[in-house]
Amino acid sequence: MKEQGTKPVVLRVLFYLLVLVILVFNLFPFLYALVSSFRPSNDLFSTDLFPKALALDHYQAVFKDVRFVGSLVNSIIVAGTTVLISLALGSLCAYALGRLPFRFKGSVLYLVLTMTMFPQIAVLSGLFVMLKTLGLFNTRQGLVLTYLIFTMPFTIWVMTQYFRSLPKELEEAAYVDGASPLTVFWQILLPLTMPGLISTGLLAFIAAWNEFLFALTFTVTDTMKTVPVVISQFSGSSSFEQPWGSIMAASMVVTIPLVILVMIFQYRIVAGLTAGAVKG
Amino acid sequence: MAREIDLYERQRRLAWYLILPAVVVVFLVIGYPLIQVIVYSFMKYKLDGVTPPGFVGIDNYLFIFSDPDFWHAVWVTLIFTFFSVTIESVLGLTVALVANSKFKGRTFLRVAILIPWAIPTVVSSQIWRWMFNDIYGVVNVLLINLHLIPQKIAWLATPATALPVIIGVDVWKTTPFMSLLLLAGLQLIPGDLYEAASIDGATGIRKFLSVTLPLVTPTLLVALIFRTLDALRVFDIFYIMVGGQGNMATVAVYNQQQLIAFLDAGVGSATSVVILLFIMIFVVLYTRFSQTSFE
Repeated sequence: MKEQGTKPVVLRVLFYLLVLVILVFNLFPFLYALVSSFRPSNDLFSTDLFPKALALDHYQAVFKDVRFVGSLVNSIIVAGTTVLISLALGSLCAYALGRLPFRFKGSVLYLVLTMTMFPQIAVLSGLFVMLKTLGLFNTRQGLVLTYLIFTMPFTIWVMTQYFRSLPKELEEAAYVDGASPLTVFWQILLPLTMPGLISTGLLAFIAAWNEFLFALTFTVTDTMKTVPVVISQFSGSSSFEQPWGSIMAASMVVTIPLVILVMIFQYRIVAGLTAGAVKG
Repeated sequence: MAREIDLYERQRRLAWYLILPAVVVVFLVIGYPLIQVIVYSFMKYKLDGVTPPGFVGIDNYLFIFSDPDFWHAVWVTLIFTFFSVTIESVLGLTVALVANSKFKGRTFLRVAILIPWAIPTVVSSQIWRWMFNDIYGVVNVLLINLHLIPQKIAWLATPATALPVIIGVDVWKTTPFMSLLLLAGLQLIPGDLYEAASIDGATGIRKFLSVTLPLVTPTLLVALIFRTLDALRVFDIFYIMVGGQGNMATVAVYNQQQLIAFLDAGVGSATSVVILLFIMIFVVLYTRFSQTSFE
């Protein structure tokens, strides 16, 4: 933009001030929690903004906590399995919706889009009873099953857009050579949708990792709880005294991997997010 | 020619086989439970394992519609939705405009705004609860040091201060999503339009009002509807920050409590149906305005 150079200095200063405000607003809470998690216990409740010393007390406490470590394992298993199942079933379905001819395609797509916005709370009691009946209440399998509610429609929708965007010539040549539709999918199209699989996989993982309502409602024993539930239930010796240091350390343990993912895959995540909501 | 028809037939058959597993899963986790919820909503259905279930007609609906707690939850949810969506639209557009202009450190800004979005809601609610802690929280300390408040405030103890704080946390968490969508919308605006406007002598503000704003409005509308239907089912933030206190419950918190605290699947389901019908209005609006092609 060539106006940049001619812009009065005042405007540019104001602009960078605005950038600074945005950065501080977005980053301060995270950084503050990070600093709190490293404060020694005796310094945690001092009202100084900067800690006098840094300590690993809270991290040691958190990793000694069987409940928390167990919940980390649970979260990894649940979120990982959810992502694998939704990518496997979702991309097959998306290939059909994006690439193969069949009747009612428009209606199916409309239904998929509607379901991406389906409020989880609306089936809470139905799922509760269903999980009890199937013997999946308070199990990791039960959570995976219910998480498909929000990962499947989303995966199908975004992957369909990816399959649609590939040029037709790609498969035509293969069909002329006598390839079957399934070979075309597996050997030609699927490798090309890799960026889409990464985007949707990451977003589905983040959604499953962060999920709270179902995990809170469908698990009861400590051995089955996921990380968000355990973090919400950290308690100190009395109800008036919350172990803030541990809460912040645990929060950082579950957040930092996500922050690193975001930094590495920033572009892919944004592509998936906007494909899910604006692009058609 | 015969081969082409053959291929078409094979593709069509394959399509159904490929869709089937996804359809089965989606029916199992959405379709079936949804039918159950509608059925339960007309039943007296206690999950205590003692009371025998039975049909009661519209009693559950009559119960919630005459329950002041339900109406209070509706009120809290609507206030929350209105303010958080409005504020984050304005802030989201501001951030999107900044992120769309060229300057050093633009990539860093774009990564930074994703961080609040990626942090689990439970975690961000805990972080903000710590920051707003009445005795040790950084917010009270800062405000006291700046002499803006005479004494420390117990922010989360009363609805009058807790609701604005919760709205603030939600704005912090979801503005990134809004700005990313709007940024995608801004990037679709052709540069020629701005050049044409410059030739006609339009200033910055004039360009914003007659080029940017009208062209970004469709995206804004879609983002607005999307966020509204998301805000209407808010649960996590309220549950963590105010523990679902009676005077600070949203409809989703009310719904979950009917089910878990009172073990009443009947009333819980009726609440679910009401929420669903309300949200469906926005879903239909969304699909109408999102200019998506389904063919």
